[in-house]
Amino acid sequence: MEKRVVFRSAWLPYVLLAPQLAITVVFFFWPAGQAIWYSFQLQDAFGLQSEFVGFDNFTSLFADPHYLESFKTTAVFSVAVAGLGIMISLLLATMADRVVRGALIYKTVLIWPYAVAAAVAGVLWAFLFAPSIGIVTFVLKGFGIDWNWIINGDQAMLLIIIASVWKQISYNFLFFLAGLQSIPKSLIEAAAIDGAGPARRFWTIVLPLLSPTAFFLLVVNIVYAFFDTFGVIDATTQGGPAQATQILVYKVYHDGVKAADIGGSSAQSVILMIIVIALTAVQFKYIERKVQY
Amino acid sequence: MVEKRPLLDFITHAVLIVGAFVIAFPLYVTFVASTLSLDEIMSVPMPLLPGSHFVENYSQVLFAGSTTGSQEAVLSMLLNSTVMALAVPLGKITISILSSFAIVYFRFPLRNFFFWMIFVTLMLPVEVRIIPTFKVMADLGLLNTYAGLTLPLIASATATFLFRQFFMTIPDELAEAARMDGAGPMRFFWDVVVPLSKTTMAALFVIQFIYGWNQYLWPLLIASDESMYTVVIGIKRMIVGGDAANEWNLIMATAMLAMLPPGTRGNRKMSEQ
Repeated sequence: MEKRVVFRSAWLPYVLLAPQLAITVVFFFWPAGQAIWYSFQLQDAFGLQSEFVGFDNFTSLFADPHYLESFKTTAVFSVAVAGLGIMISLLLATMADRVVRGALIYKTVLIWPYAVAAAVAGVLWAFLFAPSIGIVTFVLKGFGIDWNWIINGDQAMLLIIIASVWKQISYNFLFFLAGLQSIPKSLIEAAAIDGAGPARRFWTIVLPLLSPTAFFLLVVNIVYAFFDTFGVIDATTQGGPAQATQILVYKVYHDGVKAADIGGSSAQSVILMIIVIALTAVQFKYIERKVQY
Repeated sequence: MVEKRPLLDFITHAVLIVGAFVIAFPLYVTFVASTLSLDEIMSVPMPLLPGSHFVENYSQVLFAGSTTGSQEAVLSMLLNSTVMALAVPLGKITISILSSFAIVYFRFPLRNFFFWMIFVTLMLPVEVRIIPTFKVMADLGLLNTYAGLTLPLIASATATFLFRQFFMTIPDELAEAARMDGAGPMRFFWDVVVPLSKTTMAALFVIQFIYGWNQYLWPLLIASDESMYTVVIGIKRMIVGGDAANEWNLIMATAMLAMLPPGTRGNRKMSEQ
């Protein structure tokens, strides 16, 4: 896409671009370059001396059982967050698209958490599930379930999954609802006349037509689970107990900021960058495909 | 609806009611807890109807802060959050509307290179460059300043991309007519492009307001000084550990205050659509 009519000036476009380019270079390219640079260096704790160590930081990372464990944690966490978030919001959106009475109330309530900060969502659920005073903990105790996420790794994982999914449902719900409303009513009616029941219509018409939306949301949700859930984790479990909830991003932060292991943390940053680039490439491929439709 | 199915209608409403309940319950409990005294919360199970300490809790957090953990008054945190939530969208809109105007309405060497340079920042979220960005901020002396809190968040590929897409839909005839009337590029920018972009700007403003208000990792790194805390960081700093040691009534009042501004913005946006 190019404009036919353009203005001519030898200097004006550069002046217009300057503010954004300056910020981009100073706060994006410079640090990203430094992350790559540090990842090949070994520094002492005070940053006074450093030596070039090649791929040592990377090899020691992949020899570190904690790091490999963190990969597994991230995989479990993001599959659970993306999977549950998409399924629950698809169910709710399909239902909300069906009802006439009370539709506005349901929709209003379901989009509430959209604007809640991840860290605040974490605090809210940590309070509900607080081991000694939480209201949900109290109910669970009634069922004979002993709930203490501060010492139980699986329960801590469950807590951050619930908080992260809760926050993300509104976003997914809005996209599914928009997708559902763009499906032509005539298709549904034609299928109904041919005798297809609601379940059949959902599986053979609605779901295939929603698949582009679902795929888009899958990528968005995985990115969300990888990066934006940092707030949920830092406000609740802080990676614990015993690293049970330490996803990759949290480990970068923990190793770099708290343990001051610059080289190791930067090597992890570089690996994360590669993951983000891969995810973005997938997203782009999808966008291109959508254009061809 | 295509046909009448009473059973399915019943299930539909049941699913929606359960869903709405699960979504709303944490928010409701937060509100209730923010109106109770600490003793009432500590009595297991806590009451599920609002108590009588609303004014007390909110005035204490707003003007005095909590007594454990961070002791900064929440009013100053709200002010910091407001500065951030306003500076981020305003700065973002300003620099991206200028850069996309340059990219769409001019032909110049390295145009595509610059566009891609802005675009690849999509692949570099703060989370993947925590340590080096922190070092850069420290070198520039931007720790614990508003500039440090907002500047790095202002660069945005999405806003530039959005404006670019919108400019492509502005009819060429407008630029042609402006040029024929002797208007220079900046005159065209102010009198045609900016007024036409108002809707796009408004939509971006709301989204970026919420984004700026809800920032977590960035202020966590930059604002080590209590007077620079945003409200989201403040909540986290009020939690000191073991769940009985926290002043939950005050934390929940702060959480309510942290959720209200982005919530009202977001909902107004939704009801406009």
